[in-house]
Amino acid sequence: MKTITLPRLGTFEAWRDAARDLAAQGVPPEAVTWVMEGDAPTLFELGSAPRDARAKREVTVPKDFPPLARLLCAARVPGAIDLAYRLLLRVSETRGLLKNRADPEVARTEGIAKNIRRDMHKMKAFVRFREVTAEGAARRQFVSWFEPDHRIEELMGGFFARRFGDMNWAIITPEITMHFKEGDLRLEAVTSKKPDLEDETEALWKTYYANIFNPARLKVKAMQAEMPKKYWKNLPEADLIPDLIAQADARVAEMRETAPTLPPVRAARVLDRLQGQQDAPLSADGLEGLSQALKGCRRCPLAGPATQAVPGEGPEDADLMIVGEQPGDREDLGGRPFIGPAGQLFDLLAGEAGLERGAAYVTNAVKHFKFQVRGKRRIHQSPNGNEISHCRWWLDQEIALIRPKLILAMGATAAQALTGQSKGILSRRGCMENGLHGVPVFLTLHPSALLRQPNPESRDEQTRLVRSDLRAVAHWLAAAA
Amino acid sequence: MSKMSLQEKLALLSDAAKYDASCASSGTSKRHSRDGSGLGTTEGSGICHAYAPDGRCISLLKILMTNFCIYDCAYCINRVSSNVERARFSVEEVVHLTTEFYRRNYIEGLFLSSGIIRSPDDTMADMVRIARTLREVHNFRGYIHLKTIPDAAPALIEEAGLHADRLSMNIELPTDTALKTYAPEKNPDEIRRAMGNVRLRKEELKAPTYRGRKAPKFAPAGQSTQVIVGADGANDRTILRSATTLYSSYKLKRVYYSAFSPIPDSTAKLPLIKPPLVREHRLYQADWLLRFYGFEAEEIAPDSGEGMLDLEVDPKLAWALANRAVFPVDVNRAGRDLLLRVPGFGTKSVGRILAARRNGALGYEDLRRIGASVRKAKPFITVRDWRPGGLTDAENLRARFAPPPEQLQLI
Repeated sequence: MKTITLPRLGTFEAWRDAARDLAAQGVPPEAVTWVMEGDAPTLFELGSAPRDARAKREVTVPKDFPPLARLLCAARVPGAIDLAYRLLLRVSETRGLLKNRADPEVARTEGIAKNIRRDMHKMKAFVRFREVTAEGAARRQFVSWFEPDHRIEELMGGFFARRFGDMNWAIITPEITMHFKEGDLRLEAVTSKKPDLEDETEALWKTYYANIFNPARLKVKAMQAEMPKKYWKNLPEADLIPDLIAQADARVAEMRETAPTLPPVRAARVLDRLQGQQDAPLSADGLEGLSQALKGCRRCPLAGPATQAVPGEGPEDADLMIVGEQPGDREDLGGRPFIGPAGQLFDLLAGEAGLERGAAYVTNAVKHFKFQVRGKRRIHQSPNGNEISHCRWWLDQEIALIRPKLILAMGATAAQALTGQSKGILSRRGCMENGLHGVPVFLTLHPSALLRQPNPESRDEQTRLVRSDLRAVAHWLAAAA
Repeated sequence: MSKMSLQEKLALLSDAAKYDASCASSGTSKRHSRDGSGLGTTEGSGICHAYAPDGRCISLLKILMTNFCIYDCAYCINRVSSNVERARFSVEEVVHLTTEFYRRNYIEGLFLSSGIIRSPDDTMADMVRIARTLREVHNFRGYIHLKTIPDAAPALIEEAGLHADRLSMNIELPTDTALKTYAPEKNPDEIRRAMGNVRLRKEELKAPTYRGRKAPKFAPAGQSTQVIVGADGANDRTILRSATTLYSSYKLKRVYYSAFSPIPDSTAKLPLIKPPLVREHRLYQADWLLRFYGFEAEEIAPDSGEGMLDLEVDPKLAWALANRAVFPVDVNRAGRDLLLRVPGFGTKSVGRILAARRNGALGYEDLRRIGASVRKAKPFITVRDWRPGGLTDAENLRARFAPPPEQLQLI
């Protein structure tokens, strides 16, 4: 029987070295006793086991084992270190063992590890520093007293060093003192008692704690589940808890019984002025006025879930008006037409065809984005006849204002809005039709249809068609000018 | 008016801020000050530094810059027509409280909100100044959550996003109609537009620049919003549908549900109620089902319950009880999607089940060790050594889980 004594600081490293040697020699778990330095000695002989240079085999462990063993070494749980050694022997034999949470030893290990992680998390949360800066000191100095359940100090030093890098601090626990001075972290194994310290800022903190509490939502159990009473003695704000609980019901009753008061005099004045600003009549007419009016459109149910109505954009005296289907995801967010993937493709094709987008007025047949939510994404849905005809009200006004010489209708929805007929866009594309508004309408495919083509050949083919359509429009405009 | 002390202001302006449920400090980019050049860290997971007796976590210093406000929202303690005492912090005061609280490890950072004073732009500019001072003058690397004012100029919101970890805008009420009734000065369109802009800006900056340089991080912990529950007549399905739209449209990190809670000096327009805390809890559970379990709002808040969630049992169990034809599920064969629908199995347990069953068929005890809630799952599963038999379809199954009926009390 071997007995290995582990030091209070550097516990894991000492365990790792010893365990590696023992495992290499094939020493079974029942032949080793692990003891923490300072704990009561066992009946067996003491003294650290000599490292055996005649190691017989290399012990390899998966990547997720050492962090787990490190946690077990910090546990103040009987048998935790034995468990770490047993597991070491098993993980080196069985691949993927740690992934199997149904294994009793893995489950027990994870159970202990969970407790250690919780203890560490609570230490991050409940350490309270008090200021002890000496007069004239260059760096501010703070001290904290904390009583962790497990031996987690070594695991925690780094966290506080990263967080409070610009001050000097010390965290004192009953067994370990951590010093952080001028950027150096040092741990010392000394026994300590709770120091007697005060800090003025605690009064402000208590004020905050008392006032952020909502007495109408008293849930004492929920509080204690996360902030167990054992921590209260070192938390300055915990003194307030009994009174806050005791007064809660009375405070709520008072709120409920107090009759509503009359608003202060200034309220009416403030609200009048605000009302005046918000009700100001539309400040502009023409396109500007139209897009302001469009903002409030509630003519169909599409307005509900969409972000905003997307108005058209372009010069008021444009010869060409381009009408798409409806804003997509991007257009809905950005509030401008044709800025998403389909818009970018259109810009590219128009550029190749010699059609200048900036000279045209670009808009959509339907002004709100229609979509269906699938998981975390919004999937485009084509507007129905009803929605198209509701929205034609806006399109009519745009056409009346711009008075274009030619309208380019892209896709079936635009075709329906402008000609009253949506069917057969593939056979009608590339042709001029008489529009409902007395303006000639040239039909082509919608660029998003090209993006949706799964088959690369037909995509190329359709892209070619759209490009030639756009070229035809450019020629027509040049001839008309 | 005599000058208020910092402590008096803090009392007033934290009291006014407590109706905002969010206190998250997680999920932002990693920062530290190990080299002594600043103060603070953010390392992924949030930390709750204290809990108030209302069971809520205190992670951030949650305060209002001022509780003066020109709006008149019926549910709000700070509305212009309320007679609560008013105060205003200076930039220095907020910075002082944040850094001094942080140095003592009371908080993870700041959650700054504000009433609207003078104009949205002025208010937002002051809030941005506080965040900028913290970051640039005090090298503060803790967490900052800024409540953004939807009507403020986009340039201000943009700067806010460069300093803050999270931006949020509260839609407050689940429907535009309710907002018109109770918060007539708020404009739901502006709120949506502003959320859309935040999402676009965040995505633009995520793409590497032409030279492959990383763009500055914009609100790395994303944006969130809050809906008040129980003030208007909206049912749970309406609320969940609106949440689904918000998540998908603006890629929100969270929608917070806040039970309408009594406020001092309430208005006659909106009588005080006992805050519907159980309903709020069920909404959070339902929200989780929508985001991580593949459920849809229509499934969990069906017509049969008039679009309301069952208050007695959790929404997943309620769904399972209503759809027993799906069960029992064979834990050793079912795919992830189906396992996620079993009551008592969380996303973690499902992951562990999938990993563990590679080593052989799982039994009842294995599930317990894995951390699943077997008591709840029992009637809905078969494993190596357990079959529910008639239990799945038993008439009294619901009664096993629902709290016992309470005897009515006289007054």
